[in-house]
Amino acid sequence: MAHGSSATHFNNPVVRWVDRRLPIFSMMHREYGEFPTPRNFNYLWNFGALAMFFLVLMIATGVVLAMHYTPNTELAFGSVERIMRDVNGGWLLRYLHMNGASFFFIVVYIHMFRGLYYGSYKEPREILWILGVVIFLLMMATAFMGYVLPWGQMSFWGATVITNLFSSIPLVGDSIVTWLWGGFSVDNPTLNRFFSLHFLLPFVILGVVVLHIAALHVTGSNNPTGIEPKGPQDTLPFHPYYTMKDTFGLAVCLILFSIMVFFAPNFMGHPDNYIPANPLVTPPHIVPEWYFLPFYAILRAITFDVLFIEAKFGGVIAMFASIFVLVVLPWLDTSKVRSCKYRPVYRWFFWLLVIDVLALGYLGSQPAEGNFVLYAQLATLYYFLHFLVILPLLGKFERPKPLPKSIAEAVLPKGGGSAGMAPVAARPMDKA
Amino acid sequence: MRVIKNSIAAALATIVFGALMPALAAEEAPTPPAQDWSFNGVFGTFDRASSQRGLQVYLDVCATCHSMDYLAYRNLVDLGFSEAEVEAIAQRYTVMDGPDDSGNMFERPGLPQDRFVAPFANEQAARAANNNAYPPDLTLIVDARAGGADYIYALLTGYHDAPDDVELGAGMNYNEYFPGHQIAMPNMLFDGAVQYTDGTESTLDQMAWDVTNFLAYASEPNLEYRKQTGVSVILFLLVFAGLLYAVKRKIWSRVH
Repeated sequence: MAHGSSATHFNNPVVRWVDRRLPIFSMMHREYGEFPTPRNFNYLWNFGALAMFFLVLMIATGVVLAMHYTPNTELAFGSVERIMRDVNGGWLLRYLHMNGASFFFIVVYIHMFRGLYYGSYKEPREILWILGVVIFLLMMATAFMGYVLPWGQMSFWGATVITNLFSSIPLVGDSIVTWLWGGFSVDNPTLNRFFSLHFLLPFVILGVVVLHIAALHVTGSNNPTGIEPKGPQDTLPFHPYYTMKDTFGLAVCLILFSIMVFFAPNFMGHPDNYIPANPLVTPPHIVPEWYFLPFYAILRAITFDVLFIEAKFGGVIAMFASIFVLVVLPWLDTSKVRSCKYRPVYRWFFWLLVIDVLALGYLGSQPAEGNFVLYAQLATLYYFLHFLVILPLLGKFERPKPLPKSIAEAVLPKGGGSAGMAPVAARPMDKA
Repeated sequence: MRVIKNSIAAALATIVFGALMPALAAEEAPTPPAQDWSFNGVFGTFDRASSQRGLQVYLDVCATCHSMDYLAYRNLVDLGFSEAEVEAIAQRYTVMDGPDDSGNMFERPGLPQDRFVAPFANEQAARAANNNAYPPDLTLIVDARAGGADYIYALLTGYHDAPDDVELGAGMNYNEYFPGHQIAMPNMLFDGAVQYTDGTESTLDQMAWDVTNFLAYASEPNLEYRKQTGVSVILFLLVFAGLLYAVKRKIWSRVH
């Protein structure tokens, strides 16, 4: 690489030797040391790093759990109990993994809503955003298959309900489902392939995360003002400012995580999953994991046929559309202004969307009967209205507040604070 | 614009709060009252004396129909039994082992490393002996029921005569806390069903309380260690986060 002779100087001769041949030290210094980062991040910008932490935690705990788990319908439930009772520290590994999945989703949802609030998906960060949506889809697939592995009642019936969705595809639906199952019902072949894919997909996620970060380092980060840094007075080197801020944020997040893992490890799970899977007994209410509930509500909201599309297939289309709409979001939002800070009307609609998604989540946890269906239909309708109607129109009718000239002008004290205006020189990383 | 905003907000509020109402009305069985379990809370531990009595109730009453597949006799040292006591408990049961060198299965007395011996060889045998109802395995019963230990205790003490307007199915019993109220398991914990070795009076409430303590232990044998570990981890993280915050403030003071 042409960067081999960059200005970076390393004192350690071994580091220098390696770096001339494989410039990883230069790269780390460039991308994580001096990388110019807007100086005005709030704590919502911690959540990308937190998501990365949970991905690594899930892979680390998952690889060890896989050493003790047995993907066989006769043995799976018992092998999980062996992990809980007989494997040294097994209970901790499993509770970290279970609750890690929930926290991964919590952190990623906040990360996504952060992006929505501050317009992080807008030009030139469209691909960065779309890669994020791809990661989210892969996470959902991985989490779904992981939930099947303990082979409890919800594992089995959740897998049955969700895989059955594909049977609604016209003509080829039933063949696809048989192919997915490896048989004529959710059974041992299904469990085996889900285990295999559950092991594989996290590494695919890791690959897309690398692309996500690569794209981020091309465009640079968005920031709470939504305006691009215009010079060194607007930015800080990533290290030590944001490495330190991310580390502190991680410690706070770990405190909350530990409260769940050590004191309420089953709070976010479902008691029925401690009953071994029984194909002959259907649980009264089949509910997916909490992080799927908004999408589950959308799936079940379509109870009517649309032209030649049957209701069940319509639900599947609506569910996938609710995620796909995020892919085209950069082109649906016509406003040139990124941050909600300067979009007085959009800010209202943003919070309405948050309430709408929470309402969908609640409705997804309730039985699909009576008024719940109607409410879920209204909430689903509003979800799509937000993206397909409100956002395109809002860009045309909303009058944004005046934007500051620069980040520094927006965040630094005026007048007396001239010392703070001075550009901060990049410090070489303390080690290396 | 404002009118539209307000009406959308009102509509959403109706959805959110309106949806909560039928959920409260739709509950099939009453919520079991919360009990003051010794294993609740941050520093919770199992009540050893009660759990030991609970084991006695379990072995003398529950185990005639229910299995406990994932608990081993050796685990009982957690509840304060000595190794000799555990051996004595295990020896009361007969375990099918084998095959031996000549290829035959043989019976031997239980050993501490054996899992709890199940009362029936398989589900069919269990159903045949129980009016076609299948007594569930009890290892995870506390974790596997909404309401946990509170529910188990409420269920065990929740047997009543059926109200006049309820027609019980054949062989079914009325229970206030069982979803649907009709449960195949009869009330087995009548006063004096167990002769406690420690002299405690074996009332229905006492036995239900003790056996629930034991079942809570069986569901999560690591609960005490988990909570103790959690206290240390969180204390460490609090101090660590405080230090990190101080360092962060120091570093950021250069640019504020």
